[in-house]
Amino acid sequence: MAKLTFKEELCKGCGLCVNACPKGILALAKNRLNGKGHAPVELTDPDACIGCASCAIMCPDCVIKVER
Amino acid sequence: MIVFDKPKSLTDAVFHYCPGCTHGIVHRLVAESIDELGIEGRTIGIAPVGCSVLAYNYFACDMIEAAHGRAPAVATGVKRALPDRIVFSYQGDGDLASIGMCETVSTAARGENITIIFINNAIYGMTGGQMAPTSLIGQVTQTSPYGRDPKTQGYPIRICELLATLDGPEYLARVTVNSVPHVRQAKKAIKKAFQNQIEGKGFSLVEVVSSCPTNWGVTPLEAMKWIDEKMIPQYPLGVYRDRSEEASR
Amino acid sequence: MQEKVLMKGNEAIAEAAILAGCRHYFGYPITPQTEVAAYMAKKMPKIGGTFLQAESEIAAINMVYGAASTGKRAMTSSSSPGIALKCEGISYLAGSDLPALIVNVQRGGPGLGGIQPSQSDYYLATRGPGHGDFHVIVLAPSSVQEMADLTGKAFELAEKYRMPAMLLADGTMGQMMEPVVLPDPVETVPEKTWAVTGTGCAREHRIINSLDLSPVNLERLNLERFKRYEKVEAEEAMWESFLMEDAEICIVSCGITARVSRNAIVAAREKGIRVGMIRPITLWPFPKKALLNAADQVHDFICVELNMGQMAEDVELAIRCRKPVARCNRVGGMIPSPDEVLEAIYKAAGKEAGK
Repeated sequence: MAKLTFKEELCKGCGLCVNACPKGILALAKNRLNGKGHAPVELTDPDACIGCASCAIMCPDCVIKVER
Repeated sequence: MIVFDKPKSLTDAVFHYCPGCTHGIVHRLVAESIDELGIEGRTIGIAPVGCSVLAYNYFACDMIEAAHGRAPAVATGVKRALPDRIVFSYQGDGDLASIGMCETVSTAARGENITIIFINNAIYGMTGGQMAPTSLIGQVTQTSPYGRDPKTQGYPIRICELLATLDGPEYLARVTVNSVPHVRQAKKAIKKAFQNQIEGKGFSLVEVVSSCPTNWGVTPLEAMKWIDEKMIPQYPLGVYRDRSEEASR
Repeated sequence: MQEKVLMKGNEAIAEAAILAGCRHYFGYPITPQTEVAAYMAKKMPKIGGTFLQAESEIAAINMVYGAASTGKRAMTSSSSPGIALKCEGISYLAGSDLPALIVNVQRGGPGLGGIQPSQSDYYLATRGPGHGDFHVIVLAPSSVQEMADLTGKAFELAEKYRMPAMLLADGTMGQMMEPVVLPDPVETVPEKTWAVTGTGCAREHRIINSLDLSPVNLERLNLERFKRYEKVEAEEAMWESFLMEDAEICIVSCGITARVSRNAIVAAREKGIRVGMIRPITLWPFPKKALLNAADQVHDFICVELNMGQMAEDVELAIRCRKPVARCNRVGGMIPSPDEVLEAIYKAAGKEAGK
């Protein structure tokens, strides 16, 4: 069972993680912004996460912590 | 079990880089390498002038801010004064391949036992997108508004190939960070460049083909494609010098 | 106390630097200071120090910047055109509050100029050699003995005030041979609380830096630096008075021209002219008080220099233009004879007599 934790305030909404996710379960928030004015990344289906860390590897801002 | 988290060789300071800028990825790879090699306490980093001018705020080791292009000379001074410390410079293309070319080539020729991380994104980011020595033919920038024309603006410089003509370097590699496999390769190269220094092998430089979505005028995702389509053909990935590999052959 | 030895001025600098605990020398060849580098190249490898011939003067000063960042005593030496190139690095040293020694054995300019002696970098040295608001401590030796003594002094002052120091010699001083008693060796260079040496995972990371993007902070840093400069000006000015007790004319001169002037003063005194000399040893801080005091006593000043009158302006400022300051200059590598200085003394004395 994998778990992702987002330091949401660091997210700049670049979307590189969304593109990197092999399961397609990351998306940028549609209706809200973080304190910096960016649409932060969200996990759409937590149960489907395999903890591969592809998202974290592509994140330029160390937003994502991955546990397995 | 934590399988991925921010390395401890990065401070808590928030990167000032634009969304999708690959500086953040490369900073992290440098910090991960320092962590894994257990050298945080004896590493001294040199920050350049350019977008990564504030890198001294982000790395948790001791840091020095150098004048534009002079980081290899500053690193040399540090390394000669404290030979058992691990010294790295982190430089962009304007810094390393234009104003600091003399320092770059001479430090490489001396085989100075330091590690250089070279960010090549084919543009001056900090000053707002001017032509770099590595800008591509035809690339539109603020100072090549009609596209880089070799007749008047010359040709892009390939640093790894150029330095590979010298006897001094131990290790020269060009990597990129536009995909998960590429990031993993880049990490390996960067860690090796530090490992070489620990073993006293000499000058190691890793050129990271990077993106600048803001000044390229594309989205972060498009920038990653641009690296594949435009940058890699001009700057082929690979190892251009690996003395220990050559010796073992 | 060491024995008296015969040495060239440039070599005296090099040996004195080593005795002062400097183990890191970075330079680039240029006449007329090359003996400093040659001496270091021979000696440093034997005592575990660094001699590195850099790819340029710019690289050399930045290597000094790196070595100085670690808290070690580091130096470079050059001559006028090379010093111009080092100005960027000197500004960064000043902006990062780093001590270091820069030796300038001056030659004639501007441009490529010549290779014969000059004092034409007076402005460059005393006005802050580089961009931005700053000073370096400037020491002007007038003998081979002073070449040695002021080298150690330069390191001490640079560290005390965390600022670069420049030994500003003229080509003659570098090339001449004289007996010199070398200073005793410095056993331990003081530890620095600011040096980057690696955190040892035991403290916060240190940053050597001259960048501050906040105008409020950058102004504060500049003001703090100038507070330090005020202290330097109040406490560290050095000069030598020669026959000033009863003097009515005061010569102001440093380096080789002070020695020429000395001969002229002795000759003038034989003719009954009461002339003396104030020889600034520190050019920054400039011995303003000594000169202002002299302004109450003498009727004329004469500034003897190997430039077109650069120090003369500082004399006028120091004495608040209360008395005339005559110029006696030679440039381009020419050095005035004692007779030429004597001529200037006669002129000042005759003008007064004819009043």
